[in-house]
Amino acid sequence: MSRLKLPPWLVLLLPAIIILMAVVLVPLVLSFYSSFTAYQLTRPDSLTKWIGTFNYRKAAGDANFWWAFGRTVLLLTIALNLEMLLGLGLAVMVSKVTTGQRLLRTAMMFPMMFSPVLVGFQFKFIFNDNVGLVNNALQSLGLTDVAIPWLVDGHLAMFSIIFAEIWTSTSVFAILILAGLYAIPQDPVEAAKVDGCTPWQSFRFVTLPFLMPFIYIAMAIRSLDVARAYDIVQIMTNGGPARRTELLWTLIGRTAYVDARMGYANAMGYIAILLSIFFTIYFFRKLTAARSELGMGV
Amino acid sequence: MAQVQLQGIVKAYGALQVVHAIDLDIADGEFVVLVGPSGCGKSTTLRMIAGLEDISGGMLRIGDRVVNDLPPRDRNISMVFQNYALYPHMTVRENLGFSLKIAKRAEAEIAKAVTEAAEILSLTPLLERKPGQLSGGQRQRVAMGRAIVRHPDVFLFDEPLSNLDAKLRTQMRVEIKKLHQRLGTTIVYVTHDQVEAMTLADRIVIMRDGRIEQIGTPLEVFETPVNTFVATFIGSPPMNLLEGRITDGTVELADGTRLPIPPGHGAAEGRAVTFGVRADNIMPVGHALPPTAHMADVEMEVQLSEPLGTETLLFAMLAGTEVQAKMLNPRPVRLGERLRFQISLDKCHLFDAETGAALRV
Ligand SMILES: Nc1ncnc2c1ncn2[C@@H]1O[C@H](COP(=O)(O)OP(=O)(O)OP(=O)(O)O)[C@@H](O)[C@H]1O
Ligand SMILES: [Mg+2]
Repeated sequence: MSRLKLPPWLVLLLPAIIILMAVVLVPLVLSFYSSFTAYQLTRPDSLTKWIGTFNYRKAAGDANFWWAFGRTVLLLTIALNLEMLLGLGLAVMVSKVTTGQRLLRTAMMFPMMFSPVLVGFQFKFIFNDNVGLVNNALQSLGLTDVAIPWLVDGHLAMFSIIFAEIWTSTSVFAILILAGLYAIPQDPVEAAKVDGCTPWQSFRFVTLPFLMPFIYIAMAIRSLDVARAYDIVQIMTNGGPARRTELLWTLIGRTAYVDARMGYANAMGYIAILLSIFFTIYFFRKLTAARSELGMGV
Repeated sequence: MAQVQLQGIVKAYGALQVVHAIDLDIADGEFVVLVGPSGCGKSTTLRMIAGLEDISGGMLRIGDRVVNDLPPRDRNISMVFQNYALYPHMTVRENLGFSLKIAKRAEAEIAKAVTEAAEILSLTPLLERKPGQLSGGQRQRVAMGRAIVRHPDVFLFDEPLSNLDAKLRTQMRVEIKKLHQRLGTTIVYVTHDQVEAMTLADRIVIMRDGRIEQIGTPLEVFETPVNTFVATFIGSPPMNLLEGRITDGTVELADGTRLPIPPGHGAAEGRAVTFGVRADNIMPVGHALPPTAHMADVEMEVQLSEPLGTETLLFAMLAGTEVQAKMLNPRPVRLGERLRFQISLDKCHLFDAETGAALRV
């Protein structure tokens, strides 16, 4: 019996290659292939029905898709900027605290410890127009006597979602920026004080440039996060009312698993991924620029 | 320009007091150097003057203002830090002009001040570079340039040369001295290098453990140290100290050797004393300076010799203590060779053995 003779390096790499093929390559190729077919989950034989770029052309002309795309970009822009500002403020405040800083740091991480699904349910309750905390509080304080339809009105629903998103994830920024604040060399900050800077000026001209790399890292992480936002929205509004809070992945999820049009969903998914790729590249460019600005190499 | 006055300045970190009520008057335009061993509170004192460290007690005046509670930006001081503390994200030009930009000076005025400072410190070709693209010496010059563009009342230097190699340090020392002569601004300069202190200072402040041991001109602290600490800290090699006791109006060392009491000093019979003599004042007969008014001599066995070129440093034993002596016009010396040494008593010192204080009369 002659044994199959493979070169040793291939034998050693084989386990890794097999695992990568199974978990990455196969789904990738399969989903990419299916985006060129009329594949429907309910009719497995449709997987072989090649329709060329039809799905892509259809997505390109689908207003709902582009609204969801735009809304995702909007959510990303608003949430990331607000989270950055709040996280920055939080981190700066925590860094100034002298006693109990450790405790505060831990407390700051609490929102990250909850599953987004639970956060979604919690905010769905908080913003409920009848029994919700917000309306109850507003009415008890006498600020309003109508039940504000937080999750029913299109604009308010988007606001509520952004609120929930910010509540869960501001700590990502806060933690990373706090790490940045700890890493800042004290000398230039002191030099700025002696050079006549007010506390705000030394923050603006010396501290902030040092923090920028940390901010861009947080931005890159969070942009990937928000670009695939699904769970909170799904729970709180299910994309409603009347698609006013539909995001890319709630739309794609619905198309794939409710409408069972997997081929079309995959095509939309591949277009959606371009968004994530774009933001990742964008923030990493910014990161590199901020680092070389500080003379930290590239 | 301004004088600086420290009155009973104290620094405490919680219960730990690290600067103990120091008093110091610095005249307008004076170059004062704080020296002392590591951890004696030099930087802390300087940082209190800068406003980077809270003052726990006492009163600090710059010019005619009490500045205890003023933030650094209101004190009109410049500081040069040990590790330069340049802004890494700004070019040399921006680093130099930063303080003026903050003070909202006109563009043209900033450009002029930067050009001028760059000219003085030969930084002109480097103006567009970032600090990361400069050598240590160049960074040091940028740090100094940043300090001078503002024309502050007081310059504060915290060991600005300690990160440079020996040659560059000598060169920069000269630059700083020239800068002071040119600008005439009050300077407070911290170092633990006594050569730097001696060469730069109008007056030297010698500190130990958060206290001032002596204040004086370089010559004063060299020639009339108030105690054994100053005597050994200032001067290289350090002053030789020999333990003894006053017997029959002489200093009797442990082995019975008797040395006369140096002129200008005195102590009661039987008192434990320390006899101090620098290497320059104890030399082998025939290889010494012309004798002074009061001389003494001792015989010692040479243990080691270090030729330095124009002179040789001899290590010899006297009454169980190692003594360093200088030999002029040196000739080769055999180890273990016994030589007669002459001592210039006029340049010698007598200290109390217990307190270390000088016993001058
Ligand atoms: N934050 C602090 N808390 C407690 N003690 C401190 C603190 N900062 C400095 N000290 C102490 O104060 C003393 C003086 O420190 P300082 O930095 O002024 O010394 P220095 O004379 O500048 O020494 P060096 O020559 O090593 O720079 C030291 O004993 C140091 O341990
Ligand atoms: Mg120091």
